Amino acid sequence: MSKKAAFATPDGPIVYKKRSRLMETWNSLKTNPGAVFGLIVVALYILMMLLSFVLYTREDVVAINGKEMFLRPSAQHWFGTDEKGRDVFTRIMYGSRYSLAVGFGAVGIGLIIGVIIGAISGYFGGAVDILIMRFCDVLSAIPGTLLCMVLVAALGPGLINLLVSIGVTSIAGYIRLARASVLATRGNEYVEAARAIGMSEVRIALTQVLPNSLSPLIVATSGNIASCILSAAGLSFLGFGVPVPLPEWGALVSGGRTYMLKAPWMTTFPGIFIMVITFACALLGDGLRDALDPRLKK
Amino acid sequence: MADNIIEVKNLKKYFKTPHGTVHAVDDVSFNIERGKTLGVVGESGCGKSTLGRNIIRLQDPTAGQVIYDGQDITDLSNQQMKRMRHDLQIIFQDPYSSLNPRKTVMEIISEPILFNKLMKGSSKQDVEKRVRELMDTVGLAQRLINSYPHELDGGRRQRIGIARALSLNPKFIVCDEPVSALDVSIQAQVLNLLKDLQKEMGLTYMFITHDLSVVNYFSDDILVMYLGMVVEKAPAEVLFKNPIHPYTKALLSAILVPKVNGNPDHISLRGEVTSPINPPDECRFTRRCDYICDTCKAGTPPLIEIEPNHFVACHCVKPEGITLQRTVGV
Repeated sequence: MSKKAAFATPDGPIVYKKRSRLMETWNSLKTNPGAVFGLIVVALYILMMLLSFVLYTREDVVAINGKEMFLRPSAQHWFGTDEKGRDVFTRIMYGSRYSLAVGFGAVGIGLIIGVIIGAISGYFGGAVDILIMRFCDVLSAIPGTLLCMVLVAALGPGLINLLVSIGVTSIAGYIRLARASVLATRGNEYVEAARAIGMSEVRIALTQVLPNSLSPLIVATSGNIASCILSAAGLSFLGFGVPVPLPEWGALVSGGRTYMLKAPWMTTFPGIFIMVITFACALLGDGLRDALDPRLKK
Repeated sequence: MADNIIEVKNLKKYFKTPHGTVHAVDDVSFNIERGKTLGVVGESGCGKSTLGRNIIRLQDPTAGQVIYDGQDITDLSNQQMKRMRHDLQIIFQDPYSSLNPRKTVMEIISEPILFNKLMKGSSKQDVEKRVRELMDTVGLAQRLINSYPHELDGGRRQRIGIARALSLNPKFIVCDEPVSALDVSIQAQVLNLLKDLQKEMGLTYMFITHDLSVVNYFSDDILVMYLGMVVEKAPAEVLFKNPIHPYTKALLSAILVPKVNGNPDHISLRGEVTSPINPPDECRFTRRCDYICDTCKAGTPPLIEIEPNHFVACHCVKPEGITLQRTVGV
């Protein structure tokens, strides 16, 4: 914390330094080993996804090879091969684009729409609030997977539609969380102080209330990335996800399920990939929340 | 003719709740002279803070008028009000929730200036210079300019709040219990600071508090509120020497005296505060009063001037003579 010492020691006129929020967040983040680990893992996953675009074609992952069925992991096939003789490692690499797209995309849709609606509901209250909350009740009354299936069925199969349906399903949770957090924040006197200098309500909501309401949302978001990947896996299993031969991770796990005893590597490796990204996102989310809050800095 | 900076006429603020209408401020009228301090005292929930917030239009009054410097500001639109807000500022009670935890001292104090474009055309250095001046004015070491509020103690945080209020060069400041969240030694510092600022800048204060020793030290006039209404209004020295209203008497007797056997004249109020929801048309203090007479239930008593500048709202007090007789618990 040498930087802090430079601020505090000399008594007398000291240079005003704009404390860059980005730099402070980064400085705080890099002192948190869990967050650094999470960040590295997420970066590696993204790198893997980018590499897969260069290294493999669609043909590599769907072509059937009858001679190499159920091979154990070896130097040739790092993660073994599946029931159609396809290399599991290749399929995982290639499948990362679907799983990561669903994970981050669905969460992004849910978060952005949910926070906007939830903040309006919590900040302005009244009839709008009641209307939005009843809408949430309706959304939450339908089981998540069922709602996803209905939406996919209505929109048609495909990655984008899958992503949209999973995102929409998670909106109600985000709305509730954002509303509760905004409700708690807007009662603070600094909100009134902003009103006293003549700020408009919209500006107060955006500059004073929202930034101070984000902590629980960041944590929830990092947890949700994992659950979105898992939802996608579940939907793929039911045939509502990415079309069958394409190696979305959930599809890999469910496809290998039948051969669990004969070829456990078929389910284990994609399972591990899902688990690691889940864990990494949770650690990164926790670290981000701490780093973004000046009160929690050491 | 007194030079009134603030005139409040029949101000009412009602809140609708599922249980009925809360009469937070009910028909309150008073004036504040330029450069003077009006102390507003009363127990928690009597509408002191609501009154202060309504005067500077942080809330919109249900009825009545607020006149600032000869101009009726009750019905100004937000846009018109924006210009008036430079003159009307507020200092909050809780220095922990009144400062945005994500902003540094520099950002908090400069925000009103930048937002209102007060220093349009001047450089960032000039704004910084102004912030440093303000920090000097309120006795905040300049080295703290980069600090976040949570890194500072309560007294310093309250000074930031004062600097923020001063940044727009206000004429009138509502001090909403500015020292009640601070410990006693810091209280004195902040009070002296506020007094000095008043002398230097010719500020007018409305000083809301429940601490009577503070209000005596600080105010020129005192307004005693009970359940949204004014029960007594007088210059500070008059009120402390000769309190008339039973509620004021009880309040003043609650001031601790450094005597071994305590205050022998201490008056304990019975019961609890009557609900401000749909209050009946009677003197609101009736149910706790020790001096009930037969007119108490006959409507809310008007404020009567019983001696020059000394107003009391009590049915049992007549202008021709003070006839208050203790009737309960003798």
